[in-house]
Amino acid sequence: MNAIPPRPLISLERLTKTYGQGDAAFQALRGVDLTVRAGEFVAIMGPSGSGKSTLMNILGCLDTPTTGSYRYDGIAVQELDVNQRALLRRHALGFIFQGFNLLARTSALENVELPLLYRRLPRKVRHEKAREALAAVGLADKHRNTPSELSGGQQQRVAIARALVTEPRTLFADEPTGNLDSTTTGEIMELLSKLNAQRGITLLMVTHEDDVAAYAQRTVHVKDGLIASDRAHAA
Amino acid sequence: MLWNALAIAIREIRRNITRAFLTVLGVIIGVAAVVTMVTLGHATTNAVKNQISGLGSNLLALRPGAGFGPRMPSAGVPDFSEQDAVLILEQIAGVAAVAPIRNASFSTVYLNNARSTNVTGSTVSYFGIHNWKIADGRVFTDAEYRSGAAVCVIGNTVKKELFASENPIGAKIRIGTAACEVIGVLSAKGQAGMGDQDDTIVVPLTTIQRRLLGKTSNHDIGQIAISAQDGADTTAVIADITALLRQRRNLQPNQDNNFNIFDTRQIADTLSSSTKMMTSLLGAVAGISLLVGGIGIMNIMLVSVTERTREIGIRLALGATAGEVLLQFLVEAITLSSVGGIAGILIALALCGGLSLLIQLPFVFDAQINVTAFFFSAAVGILFGFAPARRAARLDPIDALRHE
Repeated sequence: MNAIPPRPLISLERLTKTYGQGDAAFQALRGVDLTVRAGEFVAIMGPSGSGKSTLMNILGCLDTPTTGSYRYDGIAVQELDVNQRALLRRHALGFIFQGFNLLARTSALENVELPLLYRRLPRKVRHEKAREALAAVGLADKHRNTPSELSGGQQQRVAIARALVTEPRTLFADEPTGNLDSTTTGEIMELLSKLNAQRGITLLMVTHEDDVAAYAQRTVHVKDGLIASDRAHAA
Repeated sequence: MLWNALAIAIREIRRNITRAFLTVLGVIIGVAAVVTMVTLGHATTNAVKNQISGLGSNLLALRPGAGFGPRMPSAGVPDFSEQDAVLILEQIAGVAAVAPIRNASFSTVYLNNARSTNVTGSTVSYFGIHNWKIADGRVFTDAEYRSGAAVCVIGNTVKKELFASENPIGAKIRIGTAACEVIGVLSAKGQAGMGDQDDTIVVPLTTIQRRLLGKTSNHDIGQIAISAQDGADTTAVIADITALLRQRRNLQPNQDNNFNIFDTRQIADTLSSSTKMMTSLLGAVAGISLLVGGIGIMNIMLVSVTERTREIGIRLALGATAGEVLLQFLVEAITLSSVGGIAGILIALALCGGLSLLIQLPFVFDAQINVTAFFFSAAVGILFGFAPARRAARLDPIDALRHE
């Protein structure tokens, strides 16, 4: 099927998103064109209210565009219903959030296992994969700890392990280092870069820090619902 | 999918066991109340039935006077004759046995012990009709009946009062003015609605007529006990006996019956239907508490959906479908209420066991009410878990993730 490599993994055409109706309508995205190839590491930057979060939500199949088209790996995402989008998230996408979004009072292992529960894998396989993912982020010895027993950096590592455990093709990171100090930020970014380089995972990351964006290969600036600039970094 | 939902639900319940306990407390209490009430109610019904049937199987008691209950001494109303009893047995279809009865109260004395006791004179059929079993010794023989022998069979209370631990068989007691040999002791029946059934002495009818009452008293019989055949239509038997006796007593069509027939089975049915009604009533009141328990589950589940909005958002982002979230919350509610139901049943069984010891009722395990209570509590989970589950499933993943 994928006859012509490198076919774009993600392609947006004249994508718009409008919230509300009539006079109260607010256009968050006003016609975005964007193409991301498999294996790219793209940083999305922009001031608050620029529409970068809306763009991220639509790219992550958590939200739907008002008009325009979004093709993910050849699938017309704007035509999928709510369940099909859930299944696409389950099978192809991973998420990392600024606030980590781990389940409280739940061990690291169980948190990492969670997406595998929805894939209905047997218990043994789930445990095995979750331990592997925790080991990959350097937390092999913390699998019993609950989020409140872990530092911010460790919590974000658990969240990354949870995103990795399903072996997604694309990872969406929404300000992954927004709650972390500079040392930990460096560690997390090194980890994400390594995943991108070694596993070929496509990474889309929202950030408003230039030194974080510097880890990416390409930075897209969003302003007033449009793409203001899109440039590749010097290697 | 269901297993999966159950695994997730149990994980969530275990995570906050105190909240889970408080959530189901209402269901636990409700189920325990329903099961206890109904089980004790059934035990009472059974006890009433057993006591009544202990009076005699298919017993019809024929007495002079127009009806039972508080009434004037039926002056001028004739008693029955032995011939009445003979004719009833011979002529009425569906009659298994007949015992003419003459009752009188006498002082009874053995050595230094004395008490006043009701003495019954009857035939050997009396024992069978009234379900009397012999604990010790024997009943009187036909020969003893015909000759009016000075023999008696005593009830358990009489034995205890007069003989204490002594063996009464073969001893002579004085009844009124006559000395009678004790030939048997009746098995204890216990209390019935009409007092101590075991405070009794049974002698042959001929003995009470000839030896105890003396020549001046009339020798008519005061009561006829009739046992209907198993499966016989007692209504028809009563109608036939009524017709026979009206003719025997020369009653004109415009005259009321001057006798009455007391059907123990009918009384048993009436009493047990009223205790059953009481049981249903108590069960219904307890059922309301189960309903309140269900509303408690709904309340806490609704609060918990709000509390767990972020968790739901995480699950949705990780690829859970709305259906899976609905199922998770529904299964959580059902699991909680079913576990609550089981806990309630166990508490009820312990409570019934203890109470039945305390108030001396035989404990009757009724599988039906336990199974019903269990399924009802599970149904409460479905009914009251659905609204919160649907609310959870309808959440928008982005809003849910942003929720603080």
